[in-house]
Amino acid sequence: MVIPPSLKTLVSQPQKPPLFLSLWTGITYLFLYLPIFVLIVLSFNNSPILSLPWRGMTGKWYSLAFSDRSLMESLANSLQVATAATLLATGFGLLTAWAIYRYQFLGRNALRIAVNLPILLPGVVTGVAMLAYFSSLDLPLSLLTVILGHGVFGLPVAMGSILARLTQFPVSLEEAAADLGAKPGRVFRDIILPYIRSAVISGALLAFTLSFDEVIVTIFLTGRDNTLPLEIWARLRTDITPEIAAAATLVLLGSSVFILLNQLVAKRDY
Amino acid sequence: MGIVTLENVSKIYPANQGHVYAVRDINLDIQAGEFYSLLGSSGSGKTTTLRLLGGFEIPEQGRILIADRDVTQQPPHQRNVHTVFQKYALFPHMSVMENIAYPLTVAGVIKEEIAQRVEEAIATFRLEGLTDRKPNQLSGGQQQRVALARALIDRPKVLLLDEPLSALDAKIREEVRQELRELQKRTQITFIYVTHDQEEAMALSDRIAVMHDGKVEQVGTPSEIYNQPASLFVAKFIGKANLLKGKVINSSTVDINGYLLDIQGSFRNQEHKLVSGNEVTVMIRPERLQINPRTLRDQEITGKIINCTYIGQTREYQVSTSMGVLNITKLSTGTDYAIDSTVEISWSTEDCVIL
Repeated sequence: MVIPPSLKTLVSQPQKPPLFLSLWTGITYLFLYLPIFVLIVLSFNNSPILSLPWRGMTGKWYSLAFSDRSLMESLANSLQVATAATLLATGFGLLTAWAIYRYQFLGRNALRIAVNLPILLPGVVTGVAMLAYFSSLDLPLSLLTVILGHGVFGLPVAMGSILARLTQFPVSLEEAAADLGAKPGRVFRDIILPYIRSAVISGALLAFTLSFDEVIVTIFLTGRDNTLPLEIWARLRTDITPEIAAAATLVLLGSSVFILLNQLVAKRDY
Repeated sequence: MGIVTLENVSKIYPANQGHVYAVRDINLDIQAGEFYSLLGSSGSGKTTTLRLLGGFEIPEQGRILIADRDVTQQPPHQRNVHTVFQKYALFPHMSVMENIAYPLTVAGVIKEEIAQRVEEAIATFRLEGLTDRKPNQLSGGQQQRVALARALIDRPKVLLLDEPLSALDAKIREEVRQELRELQKRTQITFIYVTHDQEEAMALSDRIAVMHDGKVEQVGTPSEIYNQPASLFVAKFIGKANLLKGKVINSSTVDINGYLLDIQGSFRNQEHKLVSGNEVTVMIRPERLQINPRTLRDQEITGKIINCTYIGQTREYQVSTSMGVLNITKLSTGTDYAIDSTVEISWSTEDCVIL
């Protein structure tokens, strides 16, 4: 419909923010993203030290990073740990969420809070506690202990996402399926799982991301093998080269892909 | 014994202090092939009764029998009944076809047979061209037809319907009502229908159970419920009523504000109340009262018109008399009486119901 010009002034226009607020918002974004931007710039800077001024564009830090064996090894370790920890966290997260959603039992609310402790407590506490626990079990420190540790703090993340979705599940759908002859297992597979699928995936992606860049707990629990963040951190103390900036930029790229995936998955909900 | 029987069934919910009965000691006997309505306002226990039949709730007391089997403790998937839910509960991630096929899929029917039976259902419920759509791409009426098709595809013995028309626009509600009635007559499946809409219950049902406060007030055909209400509650709940309070003189006369009402031919479900000196309520439906009739009937009283509401097919008069204000419904095709005019009102003693 065409609005006559005389009416146009009456149609409410979206309000423009005042200049001060625009500036303030801009500064906030700068504060958040300038360091990351600088990191990306430095990873392409043709200068042997990790600082400005700009000395021209180069991709050599990236090829150096890719051919760096110990860096690549630590990347492989990180991917391995994150994958295993994610499976652990998502599997147990799903079961825990289901138990809390479906059943009334003694300590249900306590469990709901207690599960979150690993992410609420300082990493040092979790780290020390697990270290003490594993050594009392005579479990040698290795990537396995790191996986277990990451699994423990990935669990509340995965569970939180799944439980939030479950509480929105319309019970009438479950009743309808049972009513039409589906046994409980079948109801879960046909009706409930499709409903929470995106939450499961999104919880898993989040658990993966958390594990991938975890440092504190990892320090306590790893043996001789380094994960990527630990490797980067160790190197920063000795030689600060733009190769590290390149590696960090790659990690950033990987994480961004995961976050985008997460957004995409969330949009596919019904 | 009917196809569905409830024997002394009670369902108790925990409440703030102690517990409340959602339904209390109810007995129902529903015949095969009946269109049976549970009618009541919210909190009357009608939905709980339906959920007990579906197996979503287990009663604390009593027995439920469906097709001569005690199903009291049986989970929903073992019962030979299906439910059409209030908001249909179609599976949002499945297509129309998959939704309708679901009972057969779960039962492990072979693919060819599923395809054939779904196709028949699609034709019966006029869903051609919609088979690949998801439920959220359908109109309310279409969703309802899918829900019905899904619930009827494996021909259950009993179909439970939880206010299935309440989510529809008023306009198509009447149309769908007609279709439901025809569907039930054609399939001869027992329909148990929960509603708070008395008009809907009257139009659809072979029999109605009026529920109130977790109990069954009356079971009867629509005309029994309307013309011979068993209690004051039913009289008030169904349709409009003139409720006249008076004192019993003897078993054939009640004194209402000084007017001696002859109740000799009245319907007296509550005969025991007709003891001299007792307070009693006499009900007369508004359309039973006639204004200035050509031939006078058993009884009459003079009154003055104090209000008139025109609602198309009928006019509703309020007439002030010595008995009190009477509501009278009259076809609007007849004479129109002006406000303040004096009229004779007449009725026959059979029109009175003692409550």
